[in-house]
Amino acid sequence: MIKPEDDIHAATAAADVEEPSSAVVPAPALWKPLGWAKSNLFDSVPNTILTLLALFLLWETVPPLIGWGLLHATWSVADGTAGACRDSAGACWALMGEKNRLMLFGVYPYDQHWRPLLATCIVIAMLATSAPRRFWRRELGYAWLAAIVVVAWLMWGGVLGLSYVETGLWGGLPLTLGLALLGIVLAFPLSIVLALGRRSNLPAIKAICTGYIELVRGVPLVSVLFMASVMFPLFLPEGVSIDKLLRALVGITLFTAAYLAEAVRGGLQAIPRGQEEAADALGLPYWRKMRLIVLPQALRLVIPPIVNQFISCFKDTSLVTIVGLYDLLAASKAALADPEWRPYFVEGYIIAAVIYWVFCFSMSRYSQWLERQLATGHRR
Amino acid sequence: MSGMGKSAKPASVRALLYSARFRGVLYQVLVVGGVVALGWYLVHNTLANLAARGIATGLGFLGQESGFDIGEGMIPYSAADTYARALLVGVLNTLKVAVLGIILASLIGLTVGVARLSRNWLIARLATLYVEGVRNVPLLLQLFVWYGIVTALPVPRQAIDVGLGVFLSNRGLKLPAPVWHESYWPAMVVLALAFVGLFVLRRWAVDRMNRTGHPFPWLSTGLAAMVLLPLLTLTVTGAPVEWSVPELRGFNFQGGVDLSPEFAALLAGLSVYTASFIAEIVRSGILAVPHGQTEAALSLGLSRAKTLRLVVLPQALRVIVPPLTSQYLNLLKNSSLAVAIGYPDLVSVANTAINQTGQAVEGVALTMAVYLVVSLALSLLMNWYNSKVALVTR
Repeated sequence: MIKPEDDIHAATAAADVEEPSSAVVPAPALWKPLGWAKSNLFDSVPNTILTLLALFLLWETVPPLIGWGLLHATWSVADGTAGACRDSAGACWALMGEKNRLMLFGVYPYDQHWRPLLATCIVIAMLATSAPRRFWRRELGYAWLAAIVVVAWLMWGGVLGLSYVETGLWGGLPLTLGLALLGIVLAFPLSIVLALGRRSNLPAIKAICTGYIELVRGVPLVSVLFMASVMFPLFLPEGVSIDKLLRALVGITLFTAAYLAEAVRGGLQAIPRGQEEAADALGLPYWRKMRLIVLPQALRLVIPPIVNQFISCFKDTSLVTIVGLYDLLAASKAALADPEWRPYFVEGYIIAAVIYWVFCFSMSRYSQWLERQLATGHRR
Repeated sequence: MSGMGKSAKPASVRALLYSARFRGVLYQVLVVGGVVALGWYLVHNTLANLAARGIATGLGFLGQESGFDIGEGMIPYSAADTYARALLVGVLNTLKVAVLGIILASLIGLTVGVARLSRNWLIARLATLYVEGVRNVPLLLQLFVWYGIVTALPVPRQAIDVGLGVFLSNRGLKLPAPVWHESYWPAMVVLALAFVGLFVLRRWAVDRMNRTGHPFPWLSTGLAAMVLLPLLTLTVTGAPVEWSVPELRGFNFQGGVDLSPEFAALLAGLSVYTASFIAEIVRSGILAVPHGQTEAALSLGLSRAKTLRLVVLPQALRVIVPPLTSQYLNLLKNSSLAVAIGYPDLVSVANTAINQTGQAVEGVALTMAVYLVVSLALSLLMNWYNSKVALVTR
């Protein structure tokens, strides 16, 4: 056994040599995991108890889950009925094969499903293209405009050889994605106006903007959606009616704008006062000062919060289920309304949850990455 | 002369137009005028539409008989009661689930947040799995799953016996409850006194600590007094202790208290979802305290538990409380998702009232007003607490 003193002597003696201290003998590879386990899992009595408890919990839950979800699961059924599932003790993933169309696209005409599929793919491809910073150029904006026109044409149809599909039949993933994206995009300009208004020197404008933001942030989205669905028709002059989907979109936009406005205000507050004073000294009028000096700096800081707001907007669109639209969640629920498949609701919800999770998790990771990327200018 | 007179007027008008003050007033008048005009236009349309559909306006409907039943409530209510009382039942149900949800979510969130920072690798990984798994899935979907699980439980006849008189079935969770007795009053009074005494004791202990430097375990002493003194009173007054235990009679349980499936699902969903956000807040709060603080406390000879309680947590709270407030508010607002699984909260009762009377404007406005008032009260309370834990600067 080497005493600590010997160790130090050996190290100092070896300092001149290329090799670092040869007295520190690395543990054999076999014992590495054990050493790691000792220092990370069993280093004290409470820690050991916690580890054992966690292991017990895992032992109780993981093997049954694997058995249910993988080993005993039914992956497909031949006859389109849930008969095979009823006989097995495992999960019924055959649901995915039988009901995927309904879950993904809702009640969109069955033979036209390639259209929402293509539209969804275009949107996802555009989202992926917009992620890296080197693509943040003017051309990307044009590409988005073109994509929106194509997607609208695919979904609505009615021209250039596609049959017309009314918005009442839209559903599933395209609806969820569309509501979340349009909600954020439409809310963005409104939120900038609200945030600037809240920081304005003019008391009446400040009061109106503050009042709006606090009012909307104080009430649940459900009640805003209810308002949109039952009160908007009353607001309009007689004889004018607006689409159910559009009403929900307006509700989501008005709601998101209030939250986004607070994010933008945070960005505005982070810009040193001297920037505005310098712009004033140059004699720039208010809007040019904002457009050329303040907003370009502030909005750059606000990009990660905007992505986070998009994530919560994406999750919140599931609430349109309550006012009778067929988004991804409602379509999954509709698929499970079939008495044949109703016992397998857990599988159905797991599939929907995985879709939501993949989108939200990847976006939140992206937001964290972006935050690190954009923070470089401010890091000391 | 006349030329000067002519140019003087335009010059002053121009000066007026370029004066920042005048412009400010002008813009405000324009914006306020625009908002008022929009409001007037909407009200005008609404009144015309309501008149065309023959729907009454005003809050008169609140006094009428509601004619619908509500599944559960904290105050007696029947279909013969008024809409006002129905809405009150809804408000109380919302408050009930929100208050219990906030308590549960804080407990789970604190535990998971601390667990994510645990030196135990397994515990930290499990906590991360929980947070990332739960917060990236919409709450409504989770509520559907919880509700599905609760209603898929066996019927009361085959209820799962958790033990100690607790039963789980598709009719909800049944718990035993003590039967109220007249002779419990003295014990209740003692309990209240002990609760007040806790704060008096804390004040005295802090004061003595400041004067002499001797700490006093006020929290454990006070809590022990809160448990022991009422029990002592019960024994002294010789009050009978009787439990109402749920028992299977026919197709359902009798006795005890029960949590309806809807309530249980909503409470579970809200707490588990919000806890995942609270855990992240707690984690970032603790991480925000420099590690040197912990090292300094340990080198002073404080134990790990005392380091956490006296040094780390008070500083972490400054970072934790403001975002925690907004999570509490989110939980309150999210409780409105009750409408999707049939728990009679404010939104769902107001919805029924709207469907029956057609008075959408009043119904929605009342709902929003209640949420605003409760949100405001909650954030005032949290801001008061925040000002107590905030860093005192010059």
